[in-house]
Amino acid sequence: MKQLKIFSVPYLVWMLVFILVPLIMVAYFAFRTADGQWTIQNISDVGQYANIFVRSIWLALLATVICLVVAYPLAYALSRMEKHKQSTMLLIVMLPMWMNFLLRTYAWMTLLGNNGIINNLLGMIGLGPYKLINTSGAVVLGMVYNYLPFMILPLYSVMEKIDKSVIEAASDLGCNSRRVITRVVVPLSLPGITSGITMVFVPAISTFIISRMLGGGSNLLIGDLIEMQFLGNSYNPHLGAAISLVLMVIILLIMTVMNQFSPDDQVLI
Amino acid sequence: MKRLGKIWFAVVLVFLYAPIFVLIVFSFNETKSRSVFSGFTLDWYEKLFHNKIIISSLINTIIIAVIASIISTILGTLAAIGINSMRKVPKAVVLNITNMPIINPEIVTGVSMMLLFVFFAARMNLEFGFVTLLIAHITFNVPYVILNIMPKFKQMDPHLYEAAQDLGCSPFQAFRKVILPEIMPGVISGFLMAFTYSLDDFVISYFTSGSTSQTLPITIYSMTRRKVSPEINALSTIIFLVVVIVLIVKNVIENRTAKRNAAYKGGARE
Amino acid sequence: MMKNKKKYLSLLLSTVLFASMLSGCASDSDNAEEEGEEEVVEQTLTIADEDYYTRFKGDDVEINVYNWGEYICIGEEEGTLDILTEFEELTGIKVNYTTFATNEELYAKLKGGGVSYDVIIPSDYMISKMIKEDMVQKIDMNNIPNYKYIMDDFRNLEYDPQNEYSVPYTWGTVGIIYDTTVIDVAPEDIDWDILWNEDYADQILMFDNPRDAFAIAEIMLGYSLNTENEKELEEAAELLKDQKKIVQAYVMDEIFDKMGAGDALIAPYYAGDALMIMDENEDLGFVVPKSGTNLFVDAMCIPTSSKQKEAAEMFINFMCEPDIAYANIDYICYSTPHSAAYDMLDEEVRNDPVSYPSDEVKEHMTVFVNLSDEASKTMQDLWTQMKSAEDETTSRWLMPVFLVACLLAVIVILIRRHIKNKKDIF
Repeated sequence: MKQLKIFSVPYLVWMLVFILVPLIMVAYFAFRTADGQWTIQNISDVGQYANIFVRSIWLALLATVICLVVAYPLAYALSRMEKHKQSTMLLIVMLPMWMNFLLRTYAWMTLLGNNGIINNLLGMIGLGPYKLINTSGAVVLGMVYNYLPFMILPLYSVMEKIDKSVIEAASDLGCNSRRVITRVVVPLSLPGITSGITMVFVPAISTFIISRMLGGGSNLLIGDLIEMQFLGNSYNPHLGAAISLVLMVIILLIMTVMNQFSPDDQVLI
Repeated sequence: MKRLGKIWFAVVLVFLYAPIFVLIVFSFNETKSRSVFSGFTLDWYEKLFHNKIIISSLINTIIIAVIASIISTILGTLAAIGINSMRKVPKAVVLNITNMPIINPEIVTGVSMMLLFVFFAARMNLEFGFVTLLIAHITFNVPYVILNIMPKFKQMDPHLYEAAQDLGCSPFQAFRKVILPEIMPGVISGFLMAFTYSLDDFVISYFTSGSTSQTLPITIYSMTRRKVSPEINALSTIIFLVVVIVLIVKNVIENRTAKRNAAYKGGARE
Repeated sequence: MMKNKKKYLSLLLSTVLFASMLSGCASDSDNAEEEGEEEVVEQTLTIADEDYYTRFKGDDVEINVYNWGEYICIGEEEGTLDILTEFEELTGIKVNYTTFATNEELYAKLKGGGVSYDVIIPSDYMISKMIKEDMVQKIDMNNIPNYKYIMDDFRNLEYDPQNEYSVPYTWGTVGIIYDTTVIDVAPEDIDWDILWNEDYADQILMFDNPRDAFAIAEIMLGYSLNTENEKELEEAAELLKDQKKIVQAYVMDEIFDKMGAGDALIAPYYAGDALMIMDENEDLGFVVPKSGTNLFVDAMCIPTSSKQKEAAEMFINFMCEPDIAYANIDYICYSTPHSAAYDMLDEEVRNDPVSYPSDEVKEHMTVFVNLSDEASKTMQDLWTQMKSAEDETTSRWLMPVFLVACLLAVIVILIRRHIKNKKDIF
């Protein structure tokens, strides 16, 4: 079997050149000035945007918590359905995710506008108009809508494996349904929760499309800040690289913390 | 309890489908209004099919997705076989690096690839466009292929390969006749995953595309930043329909094979 | 069969969309009918010197054109020319057409390197910046015979004194577009300060690029639009920060949609686009404030990275063909520096003070000049800071408290686990 190692050489080269080197380039750019000097100015400049980091973390956390709260009962209900129904139902839940996420976000733009459908419908029963779009609430909504399936899927795949008899045994032994959930279902689904949290949190904290389309440009997130430095209104790739570096560190930190929660040290995704 | 679960299920489904439903309905709207439906028309579909920019970016997207997923499947399959035969520590290192594009935010992957290409562009005659897009797509696809194949090795008896060689197979024959059939389901699901990710990717393409070879998501993005035309809705409707049809066909085929397998196994037992 | 399907679909739609259909569809369909009755005049294209355009036929040449969004006529309205297709058919050159939203985006994309565009259309100050940084190359005007149509007023302007690098495409001014049904103020009384009027909170849109946004603040403060004084720039940024809480969104071409659909009441924007939006929404009005504004010229340039310079020059020349220039200007509603296209315009348009202000009015307008690197860095930093400034509405203590709570929870859980693991050993 050992001779098969050679098969991985093309990939190893690819990995080196296109995964590792680019990440090193990010670090390299973060510590260079435009004139080619070494500096830590870029990294310290990131501090100016601490409030954007705080806001991004806050909105992403909010979206993650909402996703968890929405997805948990749903995944549980799904996993307790009859077996032949489950695959169809799962398909129905996951189907919207297959549509391009720009289009999904665009759909919310048309719904939330000041003259959009929601405000029009509310207007017919004499309410509103409410300010829906261009708020941080709209951004969180966009995140929840786009990333909810990322929470449902890992939760479902863990819960599906929970044996019915374990739950029955727990209730036979005198657990009420609340205790069944807290003592049996939640501990057994912990790996699903942790991987769901990372799968929602990471894209949510780094998005720039959702905040641009639903946040009206005044709810900048880390993603917007990075995009602005590379292809947007304030060209400064060195600062952009520094922000990306800080973002990577934050996410690494979060992953480590989340790893502590999963029972065995398995790879999360 | 069970009823509550069902109600919740219905509520979430409404939340998930309402926006898409609205998009679809307004693709048939006579006027450009996005909130008032004033009459039925198919004009936007006609316009869509005459929109050269959309059509050419659709073709680009498909070409890139096909090539990228084929290359990444080959690369990933070979890599998985190699990685599987590595010792524990190098294996862990390689797998961890492989996971990076999956764990890292898309924007960081996109930016890092962009910086690499900029670096190359200054020194070699590289230009942002088809090639950079293809490289970027392959890079973020390979990890998914590997991830889909690796578990298949766990289910496989590691001695099978050696047994085949002992029985007179050349290494290549042993690979083709023994290993490949075992990991084939993983290869196929990896390919499909790579293909769909590639079709759908926006963020990484956004940072690695140039003046030519725009992909459909990039075109959609620039459409949403201009005067919006219901052509977008028409496009959404078509994409949604294609997705629904593909998924239904896939489900039917899977169910059928599952049934056939079940029948076959049942027969064998008898 | 097809008919039945259509019927069925519309039936389905009408039942399902019952609710939103009820809300005032009558007025809209009336409008649609009126529009349908309008006569469509097919525009024709005559090219004086067709031989000029056939040089590259069959050579498989491609050019990459990078233009503003909504800045060319591609036959979206009936009877208008699809300029890109006409060009491709005439010359056999394939055009890869992409769009950008702001000058700064264009700059970033080009500066990043690795891209090759053949024709770009930046504004005045960006052109001089690009000339300075060697990002655009000299154009061989002998290859652009149609340059003769460019009016004298638009030759040898400050951004390109020898007129070696650019061929003017359009020009225009910045003004305020507003909903006349809600804002009951005489047009001559509207000034930039309306964008700071709290009565219209959350109904105001603002430029999503630093230069245009700062310009408005600078006019308000009475500073030059080209100031490089750090203190003045900071004051302008402060003013923009004040405005932020009443701004609904920072947008560029999204304005077409938002103003067209009545999602917002007031926005500053380019005159040409404003006229285009007003075509769709009759409630809107446009005014160029008397206290001054920016006069801009957008011109076609060839980046240094271009690999098809001659084909690019051919494209620029094609854009200056009278029929083409007219088709563009008629569609995008900007003002034209092209004498033949100007002569083809309706009397009404030519006399429109918005599109073609008198010299007297032009006196009060300022053309942007490229700022020094330092000043533009300051402006960009201030802009990013302004955009990232915290909303007053979100409470500041919530986040830190939440983070601390999370951290505490993590520690507690880790400690519990640690203890449990120890127990397991024994």
